[in-house]
Amino acid sequence: MFNKLKPVWLVAGRELRDQFRDWRVLTPMVILVLCFPVLMNEFAKQTVDFLNQYNANLILDRLVPFSIMIIGFFPITISLVVALESFVGEKERGTIEPILSAPLDDWQLYFGKLLVGVATPLIASYLSIAFYLIMISGQELTIPPLSMMVQLILLTTAHATLMVSAAIVISVQSTSVKAANLLASFVVIPVAILMQGEAVMLFWGNEQVLWLAVAGVMIIALLLIRVGIAHFQREYLLGHEIDAINLPWIWRTFLSNFVGGAGSIGDWYRNTLRSVFRRILPAVFIVVLIAGVSTWFGYDWVIKNVSETIALASPEDLKRVEERVRELPDLANLREHFSAPFLFLNNTRAMIAILAAGLVSFSVLGVLFYMMNIGLLGGVFAILELLGVSPWPIFLAGVLPHGILEIPALMIGSAAVLYLGVAIVTPQVGKSMGEAILELLADWTKIFVGLVVPMLAVAALIEAYVTPGILLNVLK
Amino acid sequence: MIETHDLTKQFHDFVAVDGVNLTVQSGQILALLGQNGAGKTTTVRMLTALLHPSRGWARVAGYDVVKNGHDVRASVGVLTEQHGLYMRMNAIEYLDFFGQVYSLSPSTRKSRSDNLLEYFGLAEISRRRIGEYSKGMRQKLALARAMMHDPGVLLLDEPTSAMDPESARLVRDEIARLKSSKRTIVICSHNLTEVEGLADQIAIIYHGRILLQGTLEELKHKVFGVPEYEIKFAEAWDASGLKLPSGVEMLSQTATSFKVRVEAPQDSNPQILKALSATSASVMTFQEETRTLEQVYLKVMAEAKGPENVQ
Repeated sequence: MFNKLKPVWLVAGRELRDQFRDWRVLTPMVILVLCFPVLMNEFAKQTVDFLNQYNANLILDRLVPFSIMIIGFFPITISLVVALESFVGEKERGTIEPILSAPLDDWQLYFGKLLVGVATPLIASYLSIAFYLIMISGQELTIPPLSMMVQLILLTTAHATLMVSAAIVISVQSTSVKAANLLASFVVIPVAILMQGEAVMLFWGNEQVLWLAVAGVMIIALLLIRVGIAHFQREYLLGHEIDAINLPWIWRTFLSNFVGGAGSIGDWYRNTLRSVFRRILPAVFIVVLIAGVSTWFGYDWVIKNVSETIALASPEDLKRVEERVRELPDLANLREHFSAPFLFLNNTRAMIAILAAGLVSFSVLGVLFYMMNIGLLGGVFAILELLGVSPWPIFLAGVLPHGILEIPALMIGSAAVLYLGVAIVTPQVGKSMGEAILELLADWTKIFVGLVVPMLAVAALIEAYVTPGILLNVLK
Repeated sequence: MIETHDLTKQFHDFVAVDGVNLTVQSGQILALLGQNGAGKTTTVRMLTALLHPSRGWARVAGYDVVKNGHDVRASVGVLTEQHGLYMRMNAIEYLDFFGQVYSLSPSTRKSRSDNLLEYFGLAEISRRRIGEYSKGMRQKLALARAMMHDPGVLLLDEPTSAMDPESARLVRDEIARLKSSKRTIVICSHNLTEVEGLADQIAIIYHGRILLQGTLEELKHKVFGVPEYEIKFAEAWDASGLKLPSGVEMLSQTATSFKVRVEAPQDSNPQILKALSATSASVMTFQEETRTLEQVYLKVMAEAKGPENVQ
């Protein structure tokens, strides 16, 4: 094992030495490590003085963890430049070919680059955090407890791994440093949004949620590393010289995969769609299992968390709610607001949102959205039970008629997203990353157009014209 | 040894290398000639297991370039089109790094590095940053890197480009020495004089296809036909009465010279000289008509580009 890892250290060591000889990398890093904590400390002091006037102790308590997160993050952003040019920069300087011609395995080269890409910003981040903690130790500010410090350090590590691994994926797939830098916004913007979410979580102070965030970011970072290795090809680094979006080629590749050689719609359904459905079948089984788990979680969460609220509610409030549930809906009004096209578009939009979320997170967020959708069913079930209303008749009358098509459509669509995510992180021999993604998008489109859309259309018609009538009869 | 069969590389719609068949034995040098973009570098990259062939196969040092890419890379020394030097390192660090990449022991790395730096005249500046080196020095260092692990196969892209005549000579001598030590060498070059002096086999590539392949003599024979000789006299002499051996055709005649086409020079030339010495002709020179590799190359390329280019 040590012998296998030796080349990784070798590649990383050379890069590291190179970086520490480059003042353009060192200078901003030193400035950020030394100056930013001082600035942050000054900002904290001013905030403390200001908030003390209003006795806003809660915000003061959360200020230090927030500052630590920001201080840890800044050196990573600068080091992103180093990671972004790790492969494509060497290609531009002409130094990539001798190292690619050497007897190193792809993963050794990749991990060598990744290691140095992550190590440098992390060292800078840890130093910066340490410097800040030393500075605030003599002040009125409260240093976070050990568990939160561990969370913050892990979060900083996860940010660095996430950004650097994404930057290296971009570096491998880009044909010039300029293109890689332009594509960096695909790393910086999502991470900036993520940081905002994490900042909210820090101020909220829910430790459990923060642990989930740490785990989520780590999982996506690891998946990105997996994607990078799966699609790392020496050939791609040398075979592509021009930054050009070849739209005709993109369209041709997508279309030929979508059509799959079918001569007619019947042929397409019989062969092309059947073939891709067979491929996503394991994913369908998984999303069915996930549906069971999500429904149970939704039910359990409502029972545990909402029953307390109901117990505290006054009998008048409860009666009012019960009356509202039992109130017969105005069918004409319902049809006006929830027409078949509206329901169809709403469900289609949800499916596309699941795809979009799945695409940027290797299906993780897509599956999460799906879990939330399915989990709602369990939640509604539990609420009805808590209100003393028998949920089964309402479920059978109000959900089942259209749900018999809508829920499987949701499951099949989500399974296609799960399949897409898994396939992206799996090596695709002889295909570039672009080719692989286009083929997978064509697969998802086949499922979407051939199965999900027709099922959702029929479900919307039933939901608009049949379900309300049945539900009304049951409620009567 | 290098063997390829129907070696083809296609990038989307573009065929960079098309059905190349090569055999280079140990102790032989093959020169790949062709315009920029003809497919030489792509061929070399396939032989280094950097690019996978779209069709056909290649074996380098006994290893298949697709199945045994790692072994191929370990057996090959490559001098790339660009030097590929790390400018912030010095020459010793650079060679030591690649020595480690090729799993050489510290003592081997040191001795090889010292020898190569000494041989290429880089020892004195070996502790200076590579960024400070001249173009020629960089080329020599890149060549030293390719030879650092003492590979059985060398793939050299423009080995003497940017070098001064003295250094170029040094490199040519080294390549000749490597050839004599039973290494297989492939050179991509635009320096045809250099190729003439070094190569055992020459292949001319155009648009990814080998147009012509063989020894220099075979190439000349294929392009220009049988060799022609000019015999010049010190004084005017009428050669019309001279009895020429079979397989020798008189082409032209002046008062002080005549030209013949000789199908089998090794048999016929001594007979011509013998016949002349039996006469009163005062032979001044007996010389083959000059047909350089450059002429061969230019003619082949002109023909490949179309009849309008043939002069």
